[in-house]
Amino acid sequence: MFEKVLVANRGEIAVRIIRACKELNIRTVAVYSEVDANSMHVQMADEAICIGKAASSESYLRIDRIISAAEIADVDAIHPGYGFLSENSHFAEVCESCNIRFIGPSPRAMNALSDKAVSRALAKKAGVETPPGSEGTVDNEKDALANAKRIGYPVMIKAVAGGGGRGMRIAHNDISLVKGYHTARSEAEKCFGNSGVYIEKFIENPHHIEIQILGDNKGKIIHLGERDCSVQRRNQKLIEEAPSPLLEYKFKKLRDKIGKAAIRIAEAAHYTNAGTVEFIVDDQGNYYFLEVNKRIQVEHPVTEEVTGVDLVRAQLEIAMGEPLKYSQSDIQLKGHAIECRINAEDPFGDFRPSPGRIEMYYQPGGRGVRMDTHAYAGYTIPPTYDSMIGKLIVKGGDRRVAIDRMNRALNEFLITGIKTTISFQQAIMQDPNFRRGVYSTNFVEQLLGGARRELIEEKT
Amino acid sequence: MTIPAAPVAAPTGEVDIKSPMIGTLYRSPSPEAAPYVDVGTEVGAETVVCIIEAMKVMNEIKAEVKGVVTQILVENGKPVEFGQPLFKVRPT
Repeated sequence: MFEKVLVANRGEIAVRIIRACKELNIRTVAVYSEVDANSMHVQMADEAICIGKAASSESYLRIDRIISAAEIADVDAIHPGYGFLSENSHFAEVCESCNIRFIGPSPRAMNALSDKAVSRALAKKAGVETPPGSEGTVDNEKDALANAKRIGYPVMIKAVAGGGGRGMRIAHNDISLVKGYHTARSEAEKCFGNSGVYIEKFIENPHHIEIQILGDNKGKIIHLGERDCSVQRRNQKLIEEAPSPLLEYKFKKLRDKIGKAAIRIAEAAHYTNAGTVEFIVDDQGNYYFLEVNKRIQVEHPVTEEVTGVDLVRAQLEIAMGEPLKYSQSDIQLKGHAIECRINAEDPFGDFRPSPGRIEMYYQPGGRGVRMDTHAYAGYTIPPTYDSMIGKLIVKGGDRRVAIDRMNRALNEFLITGIKTTISFQQAIMQDPNFRRGVYSTNFVEQLLGGARRELIEEKT
Repeated sequence: MTIPAAPVAAPTGEVDIKSPMIGTLYRSPSPEAAPYVDVGTEVGAETVVCIIEAMKVMNEIKAEVKGVVTQILVENGKPVEFGQPLFKVRPT
């Protein structure tokens, strides 16, 4: 049993983790940078320790300071959240060597899935198809061109250490390939400190389908169904739902197949704790493995709403050594859930970040509405971190109810002082293609390009 | 190991010596020894004012300011966080 857990993160996920700890009677320790002194996670935790200046590199990414904080607070375990150090195997190893439990996969599992190229190889061995691509990283322009020719355009250049949609470029011909190759490498170096890239076939009208998995320390792994995250802008997710309309309406048998494939890959990596196995599915129902996200994800709530499983609580229980209390047959997807990531961005200003002070704040409520956020009236959003201020999740008996409920909830939402993506997400809820469940990852681009602006009411 | 602490001017004309790290603060080089500084001690930029211990490593913290210690803000053996004021110094 953990007595104390340190949350090595900030914002809404830190709040989420603190809540799960409180429900298990575990004391919580927050760490924060100087600009986060008034942040919600700091107020909610039992103890809080300042670990540095605003820049993540000076605070939330500082392994030494987080471990020092864990030591002086005498914690049993650290929950890394998502992003930051959550998939840093060195950090996981340091925790273990300091006798602090890392709430996530073991360093061994992390290393088996250390980057996207290595994971592709593992998936192949587990008998799961991957998109045609380069074997390992592509280290020069000549190889890039040769690989692209072999695979056939269009192709995707992707950073092996990438995440959050960064370090990716599409190329339709040799010219855009060479350009994309170099920009992807420099973006990757800047964002992830690793310029390695690989090349993969770009699947047209792809659907981003991911499978939630949970594994205990005894080797038992189950899947909790899929999430559809195809509504993205510049490769960053905006809206997620469970189950996927593509699978529900068109390829019902795929859920079981893809779920089993996800488990095979997780078993090959000896995976433990929570994770997500990502796939690309085309319009014919062919599915290809992309990568494993070795952490709890932003969009985990939609799975929680349709399965009834508290995923963060499960993470804590698994880390405490408890066996998984669910078997595969216990997992049923009931109803439909949708999540909108509420970002402090101006949809009329090319989604420019809009940090600043939230003046008025009224979040939606009522039946089937859940808001995971750290925002509050009077809170000043610092410009130093990502622009997501919260997640609005709705659950309904079926997809139609969920969409109408989300539309209703977005309409109720009142935030002044900053710009948000709320009006844009409302336009999506009213879009006929989204409502029919017919969309792929180019949906947002098409919507923005079309004459739908009149549907977007500016929210002041 | 020495880590610089950045002094910031407090409204009274005194400056704070702030903690550059997280750990446990010790006022003396060893349990039996006298404290590095007390109220009234004259310090220079290179004067070691305390030790902060983190992960079994003892880090000597320097004053980074020339002056006289006017207040001790922390107790021996207590945990300190980043940016926490440790001593007040009247610059000379």
